[in-house]
Amino acid sequence: MKNEVVIVDYGVGNVQSIRFALNRLGWEGVLTSDVTTIENAKHVIFPGVGHAEVAAKQLSASGLDHVLKQLTQPVLGICLGMQLMCTSSEEGDTKGLGLFDLEIKRFESGLKVPCVGWNRLEDLKSPLFAGLEARNHVYFVHSFYAPLSAQTIAVANYGQPYSAALQNDNFFAVQFHPERSGEVGERILKNFLNL
Amino acid sequence: MIAKRIIPCLDILAGRTVKGVNFVGLKDAGDPVVLASMYSDKGADELVFLDISATEEQRDAFEPLVYEVAKTLSIPFTVGGGIKSVEKVGRLLHQGVDKVSINSSAVMNPDLVSQISKVYGSQCLVVAIDAKFEQGDWWVYTTGGKKKTKLKLLTWAKECEERGAGEILFTSMDHDGTKAGFANTILSELSQSLSIPIIASGGAGTIQDFIDVFSKGKADAALAASVFHFEEIEIKPLKQELASAHIPVRL
Repeated sequence: MKNEVVIVDYGVGNVQSIRFALNRLGWEGVLTSDVTTIENAKHVIFPGVGHAEVAAKQLSASGLDHVLKQLTQPVLGICLGMQLMCTSSEEGDTKGLGLFDLEIKRFESGLKVPCVGWNRLEDLKSPLFAGLEARNHVYFVHSFYAPLSAQTIAVANYGQPYSAALQNDNFFAVQFHPERSGEVGERILKNFLNL
Repeated sequence: MIAKRIIPCLDILAGRTVKGVNFVGLKDAGDPVVLASMYSDKGADELVFLDISATEEQRDAFEPLVYEVAKTLSIPFTVGGGIKSVEKVGRLLHQGVDKVSINSSAVMNPDLVSQISKVYGSQCLVVAIDAKFEQGDWWVYTTGGKKKTKLKLLTWAKECEERGAGEILFTSMDHDGTKAGFANTILSELSQSLSIPIIASGGAGTIQDFIDVFSKGKADAALAASVFHFEEIEIKPLKQELASAHIPVRL
């Protein structure tokens, strides 16, 4: 039987590319909103694309916001998932889970927004990035960003330095898409699954 | 700094790659799954598949194919061609596609741009625009460049941005197929009047053309087909030359 990893299903976005990436690594991504399955999983992935306010509403409607906060196993937020794990977001004036003590901000004017494409990771500070070198490229698509903080474990630069990844105990989060970031992204997913 | 992207584009007809894909040493150059992973290994930053099927029977082969490619590929994957509804976008995303590209259907129904971006987010929506320079301005064409519209390029591009397009893929019909370089003047104007990324298409012939489209044309990404399919330009050496010309790329 394949190793299983739970992907939290709260009705937003497209998780097929995450499941495909997990399959390529020999894992099965189980999409579920079942509380017991999520609580008993060895690893939990918290995805998200689209609008923060809409996603946050669906998350609280599902009741999974409380479940997520209590988890003790490794959890990985991806993209909007990461933003929802912060205290709040300027996008629709949204309240987040508060797992990271950060306010999500919009990129200032003068920059192309959304920020789309491959950018370098710097200042890598977590087992999530084991075996990787700084300046490796990963794929980003986002209009809002998390500023730097003590919980920053990787930095990217777009107009200014910001958090490309965050960690607080068992909670990990990446702003970029490891599932679409070539070998570098696969290494990051593998590192997470080995935690 | 975000890297400038190099994007090969593959034309798909009835589930097979067409338009002169010709790789030495490749057993099945028509198999899109084989080609997709080859381009990914060669350093492509993203791939675009364009469904050029004319009939519904031909189109039926597209979704299963897209699923197979998305399964294999670890870089972003965009598909376009014949997308007319939000439902179709949902189906394609469910096959593992990251972005969709719409062209004529957006012109015929601009509200489609708003609807897709509202339901699935701007990050998954590329609006492709084909235009031609005539009587002192750039005019938008649809239906594979067959039908002239009353829309001006800059006005239409701006409207797409306002309606929630995440990126604009601009093809200059005057430059497409000439291999004489991209439409850098209008590209730079487009890039500076919009605040979403611009993908340049049409005219790639030499490595210098790519250097120019980023430095003079201010494009965020460059898309090409035949120069890659016929191995006239290899992606890795291209990116090395771009890096030597101080253009940020992913090596």
